[in-house]
Amino acid sequence: MKRSARRAAVCMLALAACGTPAGEAPAGPAPAVQQPAAPADTARRAAADTARRRSEADVRFMQHMMAHHQQARVMSAMVPERTTRPEIRLIAERIDVSQEDEMRQMRGWLRRHGVEAPASDAHAAHGGHAAMPGMLTQAELARLAAARGAEFDRLFLEYMIRHHEGAVTMVAELFATPGAAQTSEMYGFATDVNADQRAEIARMRALLATLAVPRG
Amino acid sequence: MAALLLGAVPAAAQAPDPRIGLRAGWMDAGEAARNMALVSHTPRPAGFIDPQDMNNFGLINADLAFHGNTTFMGGFHGIQIYDMTDVRRPRLRGTIVCPGGQGDVSVHRNLLFMSVEETRGRVDCGTAGVRDTVSAERFRGVRIYDISNLDSPRQVATVQTCRGSHTHTLVPDPRDSSHVYIYVSGTAPVRPGAELAGCSGARPEQDPNTSLFRIEVIRVPLANPQQARIVSMPRIFADAAGNIAGLWRGGRHGEGTQETAETDMCHDITVYPEMGLAAGACSGNGIVLDIRDPANPRRIAEATDPNFAYWHSANFSNDGRKVIFTDEWGGGVAPRCRASDRPQWGANAIFNLTAQRRLQLASYYKLPVAQTDTENCVAHNGSLVPVPGRDIMVQAWYQGGISVFDFTNPAKPVEIAFFDRGPMSTTEVVVGGYWSAYWYNGHIYGSEIGRGLDVFELRPSEHLTQNEIDAARLVREETFNPQLQTRIVWPASFVVARAYLDQLKRSDGLPRARSTAVTSALDRAERLSGAARRTALNTLAAQLTRDAAGSRDAARVRMLASTVRDIAAGRRQASAAD
Repeated sequence: MKRSARRAAVCMLALAACGTPAGEAPAGPAPAVQQPAAPADTARRAAADTARRRSEADVRFMQHMMAHHQQARVMSAMVPERTTRPEIRLIAERIDVSQEDEMRQMRGWLRRHGVEAPASDAHAAHGGHAAMPGMLTQAELARLAAARGAEFDRLFLEYMIRHHEGAVTMVAELFATPGAAQTSEMYGFATDVNADQRAEIARMRALLATLAVPRG
Repeated sequence: MAALLLGAVPAAAQAPDPRIGLRAGWMDAGEAARNMALVSHTPRPAGFIDPQDMNNFGLINADLAFHGNTTFMGGFHGIQIYDMTDVRRPRLRGTIVCPGGQGDVSVHRNLLFMSVEETRGRVDCGTAGVRDTVSAERFRGVRIYDISNLDSPRQVATVQTCRGSHTHTLVPDPRDSSHVYIYVSGTAPVRPGAELAGCSGARPEQDPNTSLFRIEVIRVPLANPQQARIVSMPRIFADAAGNIAGLWRGGRHGEGTQETAETDMCHDITVYPEMGLAAGACSGNGIVLDIRDPANPRRIAEATDPNFAYWHSANFSNDGRKVIFTDEWGGGVAPRCRASDRPQWGANAIFNLTAQRRLQLASYYKLPVAQTDTENCVAHNGSLVPVPGRDIMVQAWYQGGISVFDFTNPAKPVEIAFFDRGPMSTTEVVVGGYWSAYWYNGHIYGSEIGRGLDVFELRPSEHLTQNEIDAARLVREETFNPQLQTRIVWPASFVVARAYLDQLKRSDGLPRARSTAVTSALDRAERLSGAARRTALNTLAAQLTRDAAGSRDAARVRMLASTVRDIAAGRRQASAAD
């Protein structure tokens, strides 16, 4: 990092150490913790703050991600009958179990927030909602369903990688939205989806790379 | 799917596991325990619990740190400080309200450290969150408190980092006690550069200064903690050619390791400075670091495992020859201990760390009983139970409860004690259970996410004798930060000698008659004093050394002989290597 950039970064990093941008209160020593007069209130206050802060972006994210996950499960369900390659079957099993559980989490979250889970799960999952990042179209799903063996392996990985990248994009969009993911539950869920799916993407990429090598 | 049920059940132990069928409830769930007993239970204090909402994730308990008689419970709403002078009657000393998870804590003398990663974290610790995507009010990083006066902690520094701090690890500098280091593990999305200069979430091909693929090292001058700052951001995933994403190319380790995952971050790092080593659970890999230069850790070994979804945490055995990594498949909020879940998924992997610094998988250990589908359950945080001569770990499994297991033989881990409660709910997964379970100064402490602070003691069984428990209780630390391992040494004491002797009985390391004779000899020597005691003990030690030659457990006989000799010599500490 260039020296000037590094100093700027250090300035940001230890607030006590340097001046502040124009127009803001002087930094001085690190601010004392705001201790509310009645600590017992803080849990209720935090809960009230959360309720006031309910973000429509959170709701949309959960609704869309449910449909997104549902399609991943539709794709994974195709695996047992279309390939015998154990690595693909293992990846599909893990994706299926993980995403089914995450759908249950999302359903619970939506219910607790008084929002209907998307009624059109099935519709969305079968390509009716190609607006979401990474989702397969009807034609792509059909192509996957028609494939077998090595060709299925390759298509499954390519499509699922793209699908997962779509989920990662949805998380990035969520965090780029003001007021979104301000509760621990949303924050935790979104970052877990991000971390897990990125790990799976690279696993799938590595597997795809080995598929490209002709087997002896 | 019953065939996937975990662990071998010996024919003699066919009684149903008491952890099955426990009554559900928040504060009144059924309990089951074996070879350990609950000594105290302290619910979360007012301000840290919302009695109307058991699902309130923003208030949950997380990790623990210990100093003297004080236990610090970190969590998503701040920190609770407990006086544990009487572990049966813990006393809440105070709290620090500072929302923004996860609240991972460490303590070093008068300083308390806390990790913050959530986007609702505020510099001023307020409860209102931060709405803007770029804001000077946001805090994500490591907070530092001065706790010279425990009744009135003062935040003295806020060190912002690009990905926040999911966890952190305190690393003393063995060469200079005027400062300590903090290794920051950030796993969350990267902040915009507009919010924190220098941050970049781009891939390394696009931006060689990316905030991915590194950890941050903070240096904290103890006399001036407000000067704490990041001093290095080592690229610990780089390969020899300097590719900073060096661990994701895969294929370098041969057949079966093709599935190297995208490791661009560490979830948790456990350091063992006396060994100059650290073990990092880093997303798609388990790695071992050389930390002899603590500001510049260097990767020296790595492992991949196709059964691991998400490398989460690591523990060394006391001799540093074994490393246990955990896989937190499901992120801790999913039920992963169902009968239908694979026993190698969401489990521990026990590795041997060879002299050439290679990690070799020995076995998996998973909670050996199924949990319901409304109980979040997966391997989580734990620490060593300091029984001399054995490798034993106590570990949290969320709503799977606490499991204590022996991994002395890394290929055959065995559960030796447990505690469990029924589910928080039978109708939905309400995240609960133990975030951490650690041994500290004679007791097991569990941070229960929704229910509070639990303290336990171990009880003897065929797996663990009273002498072995007593020997473990002799180990006293002034401070304990679980991700900072220090070499356990035992006092040269009769209790330790008797523990080894019990182990020799268990292993048939001595003929029965000989074992009885040694027991009597120890008892006799203990009743003597001065020169008479010394002579008796040295005679016994010499005999034991001869016994070792013919023993099937020779190393342990020699450890016993060595301890006896140390008692004779009046040494404070047993010099026997474990």
